Amino acid sequence: MSRLRASRAWWLPASLVVLVAAAALGAMIGPAGTISSANWNIIWNIRLPRVALAGIVGAMLSLAGASYQGVFRNPLVDPYLLGAAAGAGLGATLVFIYGRTSTSGWPVDPLPLAAFVGALAAVFVTYTVGASFGGSSLSLVLAGVAVAALATAVQQFLLLRHSEVIKEVYSWISGRVSTATWSDVRLVLPYVIASGAVLLVHRRHLDVLRVGDEEASTLGSEVRRVRLIVVIAATLGTAAVVSVSGLIGFVGIMVPHLVRLVAGASYRLVLPLSIVVGAAFLILADIPGRVLEHGSETPIGVVTALVGAPMFIFVLRSRRAVS
Amino acid sequence: MSSLGFECVNVRYGEQEALYAFTDQVKPGEWLCLIGPNGAGKSSALRAVAGLVPHRGIITVDGAPLFERSPRRRAALVAYVPQSPLMPDDMTGGEYVLLGRNPYIGYFGSETKHDRALVADVLARLDLEAFAARRLGTLSGGERQRLVIARAVAQEAPILLLDEPTSALDIGHQQQALELVDRLRREHGLTVVSAMHDLTLAGLYADRLALLHQGHVVASGDAAHVLRPETLSEFYGVSVSVHHEPDGTVVVVPRRLVP
Repeated sequence: MSRLRASRAWWLPASLVVLVAAAALGAMIGPAGTISSANWNIIWNIRLPRVALAGIVGAMLSLAGASYQGVFRNPLVDPYLLGAAAGAGLGATLVFIYGRTSTSGWPVDPLPLAAFVGALAAVFVTYTVGASFGGSSLSLVLAGVAVAALATAVQQFLLLRHSEVIKEVYSWISGRVSTATWSDVRLVLPYVIASGAVLLVHRRHLDVLRVGDEEASTLGSEVRRVRLIVVIAATLGTAAVVSVSGLIGFVGIMVPHLVRLVAGASYRLVLPLSIVVGAAFLILADIPGRVLEHGSETPIGVVTALVGAPMFIFVLRSRRAVS
Repeated sequence: MSSLGFECVNVRYGEQEALYAFTDQVKPGEWLCLIGPNGAGKSSALRAVAGLVPHRGIITVDGAPLFERSPRRRAALVAYVPQSPLMPDDMTGGEYVLLGRNPYIGYFGSETKHDRALVADVLARLDLEAFAARRLGTLSGGERQRLVIARAVAQEAPILLLDEPTSALDIGHQQQALELVDRLRREHGLTVVSAMHDLTLAGLYADRLALLHQGHVVASGDAAHVLRPETLSEFYGVSVSVHHEPDGTVVVVPRRLVP
């Protein structure tokens, strides 16, 4: 066992190196030129907040995705499973339709607030409904499907009656970190740190859950409590990053899988590695969008899927060929 | 060594009474085997002790009510080997057996050196060292079953529950698994309660058999007492011949009805 762990231990430092390289690349590349021609103001006030926010969002979504996959014992699950995305989307849609004029005097931007509240509310409803059907992971997932369908239906109904905001809403849904400021970073960082700390504490519990709810409980685990705490923490972090970056898809599924392919399936490694790899991945995914089209940016959510999906398929195939 | 007591234990699923007024006292170090046709309540009795189904009545360990204890404390007293354990393909044998230490690790803690040494020792004694770094998905049914038993041993619980431990194994691995349980029982003074379908194996390894039928105990005692053709015919609806070997083994053989 010890030899096995030793051979895997170098993944963490290796991925940290990749993260630092990604961050450096992110600071150097942009429409205003590379580091030599761009001035410090652009790097500090435009590129670095972007790099920081992309890193935070990528880390959080990957960590939350891996944690959700753990408590639901399903590798196809992402942090939006219990309705967080649909709830956030509905909240954002409401602001685009009704909020833009009436809230202009507000001290805080209503858009992230509405997305945050929408995501939390949707997951809360899902959990309440799921718990009333016994609280098994299946009843939670089914309740999540229903809540997401409901929120999406309401959102589509509203969008059809207010087609003038469709473009804005879809741009928000596609996700972006391009408008990131240091205040965005300050806004989400406390939630992400709190959520990340709680999730990391539970990485051993997630390993116990891998043998199923029943056996985990005969091994002394309080399965429902663990699941509830992990879902709350992952949802809080997800809602926080979604509120500033929109719905960036695919990261939460892809990164934990990449990590598992190289480092094994134990959550003790998968969780910390997902943080680092997720951050590096989203920082890198943010770079092509800046230079692909001149004048307008390709949303990062589109890039993660466009670049990530083929890469993911390639890795899966090459891995299969090896084993 | 610990005793396991059942006082008027009832298990029901909705309207269906699966186990009715089950009362028994399993002595320290004893092996009790629950037999009976499908749906007789064998698994329900084990699952009640494991805390997997709600029950009425009182289950005691060494006279103290088991369910007044915390889940972790219960897991340190009772180890449960399910009929079809969920064994993740990508988990290694070592990681799997290490899960048996879960009851002894605090919420914020992780495995200590002692836990890892104990698991290494269990793997060595059960001759499973070769599987420590192997992924469960690459192992055979017999190897996996031994690892499940190893996990239960690592749990260091004085009471071991086995639900159909041999149903998925060939005759050689059946013997291997039951010999292993029997050896561990003697080495550690384990109290064993198992549910089994194979009546000959049940009589061979258990000290005492309890025959359940529709949730009721209809016969209890040693193999020679419980495994009688007329009893089995009545409750299983089966025609068997029962042979008594010179060494005391009771062999139950089904009879072909149409020659």
